[in-house]
Parts: sequence; C-alpha cells; structure tokens
Amino acid sequence: MGCAMSETVSPTPIRQDSLRTEEMLINMGPQHPSTHGVLRLVVRTDGEMVREAWPHLGYLHRCFEKVAESVTYAQVVPYTDRLDYLASMNNAQAFCLGVEKLGRIEVPERASALRVMVAELNRIASHLVAFGSFAMDLGAVTPFLYAFRERELIISILEKISGGRLLYHYPRIGGVARDLTPGLDQEIRDFLKQMRRVWPEYNALLSENQIFVKRTANVGTVTREQAIAWGLTGPCLRGSGVKFDLRKAQPYSGYEKYDFEIPVGEGAKGTVGDCWDRYWVRMVEMMESCRIIEQALDGLPEGPIQSKVAKVLRLPLGEVYVPCENPRGELGFFIVSDGKTQALRIKARGPSFNNLSITHTVCQDVLIADVVAILGSIDIVLGEVDR
Amino acid sequence: MKIDEIHARLLKQFGDCAIAPLAVPEAGDPYITISPEAFHAVCRWLRDESEMAFDYLRLISGVDWTDRFGSVYHLYSYTRGHSVTLHVDLPREAPRVASVADVWPTADWHEREAYDLVGIVYEGHPELARILLPDDWEGHPLRKDYRMPEEYHGVCNV
Repeated sequence: MGCAMSETVSPTPIRQDSLRTEEMLINMGPQHPSTHGVLRLVVRTDGEMVREAWPHLGYLHRCFEKVAESVTYAQVVPYTDRLDYLASMNNAQAFCLGVEKLGRIEVPERASALRVMVAELNRIASHLVAFGSFAMDLGAVTPFLYAFRERELIISILEKISGGRLLYHYPRIGGVARDLTPGLDQEIRDFLKQMRRVWPEYNALLSENQIFVKRTANVGTVTREQAIAWGLTGPCLRGSGVKFDLRKAQPYSGYEKYDFEIPVGEGAKGTVGDCWDRYWVRMVEMMESCRIIEQALDGLPEGPIQSKVAKVLRLPLGEVYVPCENPRGELGFFIVSDGKTQALRIKARGPSFNNLSITHTVCQDVLIADVVAILGSIDIVLGEVDR
Repeated sequence: MKIDEIHARLLKQFGDCAIAPLAVPEAGDPYITISPEAFHAVCRWLRDESEMAFDYLRLISGVDWTDRFGSVYHLYSYTRGHSVTLHVDLPREAPRVASVADVWPTADWHEREAYDLVGIVYEGHPELARILLPDDWEGHPLRKDYRMPEEYHGVCNV
C-alpha cells in the first residue's frame, strides 16, 4: 500500500521549457493582516513579481468632514481623535490650534507645555506600534511584544492624565482638559529612563538584524524629488533625506524653545530613501521625543491650563490652515468660518492619505513580499486615510 | 516672500483679469483668487519660477460656498520656506477647473477626493474616479444641498 502511494505522488520532472507563466490580478485585502486596517491593493503580478499595485480606499470612510460641519467646534475635537487613532493627542492639538488661530484664543503656557509633552509621548507610542507591526509584517513577532511592553507604560501615563487609553479628548480649545496628577512627573521620568535603556535592545533585536536589513535596505526607494512631488511628509519625507520638520520650520505650542535634532535618512544600510531609512528615522525620533518630554517636564511653567472660552464658540469670518508635525507627517485642518457656531467647511489634510498615494509609483517591478515591506515602512493608519 | 509680494508678482505676470485683489478676511489667512482660465498657467509658473519655487502642494479642498463652488490650494516651498493659499471660484451649475496633477503629482488623489465629495470636475485629470465612496454612490455628500439616500443596496440609512 505504502509503495503504491509513493508512486502516485512522485513528481513529474519540471523542465524550464514546460513552465508557463502569465500575469494575474490579485486582491490584497481589504481583509489582509499586513494592510494595517482595511485597505485593498489590486496587484498585477507575474509570478512573484508585482508589476503594478493600485490602492483602493474608503472602507473606513465615515465622512468626518460632513459630521464636522454639523456640530459645534468643541464637539469636533473628539472626532479628530478617531482619525489617526494611534496619535489622538496630536490630532486634537492640530485642530485646537486651528480654531485658536482663527478665533484669536490665547493658550496658557502651561497648557502648551502639557500639549507638547503628551503629543511627544503619543509620538513614541505611535512609533512603537510602527516598529512592532513593521517587524511583524516581515515575519518577526517578538519585536511587537517588546514594543507593546513599553507602549503600555505610555498608555498608562496618558490614562492618568486624560482618562482614556487610546482616544483621549485631552487637548481642548484654549487649553487642555486636566492637569498632571500627583506623582505623574516621576512616572514619566521613570518611563524615559526605561525607554532609553531598552532602545539599544530594540536595535540589537531588529535594526541591526541581518534578515531585517536584507528585507528593508534597498527596497522601496523613494527619491527626494519623488517624496516632495507626492506630498510625502513626516518620517517618509525625512527618510528620503529632506531635513524638514514642522516643529522646526513652523513652530507651534512653543516647540522653538526645545532643543532636539531632526533625523534624516542617510542610506546607512543601502540607498537613501529605502524602507530601512524610513524605519530608522522613526527609531531616532523616539529618542528625540524623550529629550523634548524631559525638557517640557523640567521647564513646566506654573499657571492655568485653560483660558476662558465660550461654551458655544462663534468664530469670525475667515479661513485658516495650521499644519502640525504628527507621528506620520503633516496633519492640518483647513477651517472655514462664516461666522456661525458651526464651520462652513472643515477639511483634514492627513499624512497617511498622502503618504499612501505614492504606493503605485514605488510598487513597480518589486517582489510581492516587498509590497508588504513598503506598506509597513510607509506606516499608514486607515482611520485617517479614509476619514 | 510674504503673500502680498507674491500677489504683486502674480499681478505683474498675469494681469488683473486673471488675479483678483488680495483677500484679507476678518480673521485667519489671506488668500489670492485666480480665474479658472488662467489657473493652470499660474500654478506652473509658481512651481517653476525660481523666486517662487512652490514645490509642495499641501492640500486641495473642495468647498461649497453655497452661491458657488471653490477649489482651495495650499502651497509651500521647501527651498524658499514660504507658503500661499490660492482660491478658484467655480459656478454652481458647471464646476470645472484644470487639473494640476501634471504640475504636482500629489494633486491626483486630492482632486479625486474633491470630485468625489464635492463634485468638482478637474479637467485633464488622468483618472477622475471616486476615491473614498463606492463607485455607484449617487451625489456628492459635502454639497450643502446634499440629501442622504434613505437606503443603499437594501441597507436602511434612517
């Protein structure tokens, strides 16, 4: 019996001239684990090679901009939390800054410093998810567990400040919702110490890992010109060697007072602008954020955390666009007021939407596995792509 | 370069038929309104003129101003470090303006979005299809006179 079986499955010898290849259209997603949400990529493949990849979006669309026109300005803030849900603090801050500029609302210094502090904590948390999920996309599960260990510390700090673990509704128009609770100062300092201690471990585990480097270096290279033309911002822009950070170029919330560096991609493992460079910019940014948080804590001014703002705000006629440096790049809200209590138009310019738009340009004649690496290195959040 | 200088240079280059007086609203950012006919040439000039060098298109927003539609462009120059806001006003019955996807590739998706949600037609766009809503969706939700459909493929919306 056993002998008969092995005879039937004995393979036919494959000869080169008997192989037939043809192009195939394949759907990656919308339910694909490496798409970080519900993104559908239509890829035209030839064997293992991807000739073209077309992103199809909108699976998470809930028309934030329509909702935002039908509620008061203060009521928009919690909706902004849900755009890039890995960076709620940064989103709400960007929206509040826009409203404050249009309404000429002063923000107390202590509130600005607290905003900077929570925004940078959130940036580290967001980059930790990027680090962990990027590694997982490439088949390494362990870094994800490391990342979530440290992220938990941040979440627990932000929970003590705001009451929320993911969606905080903490920055408010004219200030922030709550002051630091007793003992939190020390807890944040302890976290910074821990983060600085484990950062070299992360690098030993992943950044310098030979398999990881092989999968990311010289893969998905975006040139400086391409990055600018396609409106890439944040680590994706800096990964391509453009030294630009809104916190330096158009400072808000007092970022001009803080001392920090802007890391850029240098092609350390391959070419400038490859997946590894984008990844590395995020790694260095985590350490720079630690420096900012420390300075914010050291120089935290005394005083109120909220200025007097009408419950139902009526903004003067006009329009404003205030861009902020989010973990994924430039987030700005274009707010148009016609003098009523609700905006005439609120448009969110999110980094994920724009960064994703380069997919088709980069994913040409690459391996299927590289598409996953490229998407992971762009680090999108579909909640913001689809809005 | 400040926006009033940019405006003066634009006036000199394109004349007052193409460039409206600088708009300075009660609050917020000033902006320059460009006629739809001259818009594409203005964008190309703003990108290529070395003193302007607007290499980065931040966003395009379609706006329903109730009496007209508008397409709003926020530009920034990495080399010069200055920014400008451009408005194009379009009639309600036929909101059409030239696509700038050939000037800034990033305009591709922004124009698709403004077409999808506001219904502005960008002429010369490589593939002006809906981007966020399903292809068979009817109407443009960000128009002020939009009425939400009561059902979509048998799913009740009310």
